[in-house]
Amino acid sequence: MTANISKDTLMLMLERMWRIRHFELKLTEMYNAGEVGGVHLYIGQEAVAVGACAAMRDSDYIAGNHRSHGHPIAKGANLKKAMAEIFGRIDGYCKGKGGSMHLADFSVGILGESGIVASSVPVATGAALAAKMQKMDFVSAVFFGDGASNQGACHESMNLASVWDLPVIFICENNQYAVTTSYKDTVAVEHISDRAQAYNMPGVLVDGQDAIAMYEAMTQAVERARAGEGPTLIEALTYRFEDHSLGLEKIRKSEYREDSEIDEWRLRDPLDLLTKSIVDSGTATQAECDAISAGAHAEVEEAAVFARNSPFPDESELYKDMFASEMPVV
Amino acid sequence: MSDKMFMQALGMGIAEEMRIDPKVFLMGEDVRASVYGAANGLHDEFGDERILNTPLSENGFFGAAVGAAAVGMRPIVETLTSFMWVGMDQLVSQAAKMRYMFGGQATLPVVYRAVMYYGGGSAAHHSDRSYPVFMNIGGLKVVCPGTPADAKGLMKTAIRDNDPVIMFEDGTLLATRGEVPDDPDFTVPFGVANILREGTDVTVVAIAGAVPHAVAAAEEMAKEGVSVEVLDPRTLVPLDKNAILNSVGKTGRLVVADPAAKVCSAASEIMSIVGEEAFWDLQAPMQKVASLQVHIPFTPSLEKLVYPTKDKIVEAIKKTMG
Repeated sequence: MTANISKDTLMLMLERMWRIRHFELKLTEMYNAGEVGGVHLYIGQEAVAVGACAAMRDSDYIAGNHRSHGHPIAKGANLKKAMAEIFGRIDGYCKGKGGSMHLADFSVGILGESGIVASSVPVATGAALAAKMQKMDFVSAVFFGDGASNQGACHESMNLASVWDLPVIFICENNQYAVTTSYKDTVAVEHISDRAQAYNMPGVLVDGQDAIAMYEAMTQAVERARAGEGPTLIEALTYRFEDHSLGLEKIRKSEYREDSEIDEWRLRDPLDLLTKSIVDSGTATQAECDAISAGAHAEVEEAAVFARNSPFPDESELYKDMFASEMPVV
Repeated sequence: MSDKMFMQALGMGIAEEMRIDPKVFLMGEDVRASVYGAANGLHDEFGDERILNTPLSENGFFGAAVGAAAVGMRPIVETLTSFMWVGMDQLVSQAAKMRYMFGGQATLPVVYRAVMYYGGGSAAHHSDRSYPVFMNIGGLKVVCPGTPADAKGLMKTAIRDNDPVIMFEDGTLLATRGEVPDDPDFTVPFGVANILREGTDVTVVAIAGAVPHAVAAAEEMAKEGVSVEVLDPRTLVPLDKNAILNSVGKTGRLVVADPAAKVCSAASEIMSIVGEEAFWDLQAPMQKVASLQVHIPFTPSLEKLVYPTKDKIVEAIKKTMG
């Protein structure tokens, strides 16, 4: 199962998945302590972004959505800057102007997370257009949910990308629910990946709890894109272990899913599955895997200290970055 | 200098910049055939690779332009004002907000060319004059050329600019003619108003298609011994506030002629600025000659009532003169 993937890649994936998990467990702790607001947690979906990004280069681009911590951390974002951003501090990725839903690090190809679902799908498509026009071999990938898959922007982008053979990978993270509404009530086909046929591109259904499966599917899609053969739609079946956002349950208790369903999915925790694959294949020992988790935990703790100590932006920042050029204040 | 139509001047600006910079490209619906005129000859010169016909997917290609710009290209997107509503999320949530939201990481040199048809019986779905909406959003530069020379010079500045720019190309001006500089280094800076005619009694600030009407009104008033200054701001974001305030300081009277619907129009903003900052310079109440607050009717008998005209501007000038 792990035969074709190097130990370095497997351990990198495990590390990034633990970074995301610990980062969000820390955020939950800080939310409960009143330090941060209600953010959207990626816990349970880590294998999707990490498996995908492990198959990409630093020079490739990604864009994402409001469930926004997993994608940049998977692509190699700095935890300190990410945490400081969520704290609204000057040392954050966006100097505190974006917050949790808008993490971005252009230096490692993270074109930003969008608070409007599906809104970053055309943007990632455009990055791929730039690759094709300049005859460069970078690719782009965009993460969006089952809810976003029903947005016009998604359909328009997939058609456009296919017509123009653009090197973009559309990654639908089907975590089963758009806030509280099941995709089974809103998607007319059995699988969102079935829609790929209508856009004349490959549609691949992947077990989104399995980082290795995700990596393998993405590797094929990236190869295809780099070879100029156009886009791929990957649907990763996954599950959000927590509610739509931290604190939502306090506002509105909705019984949109059974506890038994949550428990069943929790049995397939992506971190457990990857660790088991690594240990069972003899790639690394349980102790090595535990050390990776401990290392990620320590990094997150450092990031939390960094974020707390970073100052808030002062008033001189208010109008900065509205425009690239100097503009008079209206 | 050559005598050119406004639409040719727009095309000259695009072609010159495309020759200089290989990262500039044009995309939109039917741009190869240049159905709106300004792109005439561009497909012949620059070919399929740089002149892209898009599907009818404004959300898709407005956003693709943002993404391409974010990674180093300089896209020009052609559309109609009325089709901008279809792709509004990409203009507002992405083009306008990305730079600020990401703390300055995104630089988006993209030009949206919005052809603004009205006045020709196109009815409510093809007659939008929507620039005030985009002034309100922020993060977008809003350009409204009023003469052929400005059409070329502002287009070139827009393409060279590192911010998202919307060029509103007034359909009533596309066939107007004027002297246009041939010099490929000729540009018109953003944020600098053009005084088309100097005067001492009344200032008329005129936007886009209202510019020729304002000039004609000034000529008529001159015969009656009233000296009218006609000022075209040329860009609404950034707005040359000082030029407007200086002119009102001189004349003490203000008329604003604006083809946009009157509520929250560009005229509203300009009059608000003058009210806040130059109230004591005013010798008479300001007058707004904007379009009537109504959807554009198809029938010519009603449509002709809606827009600013020379006669309406003359009437407003007379009102300021008491």
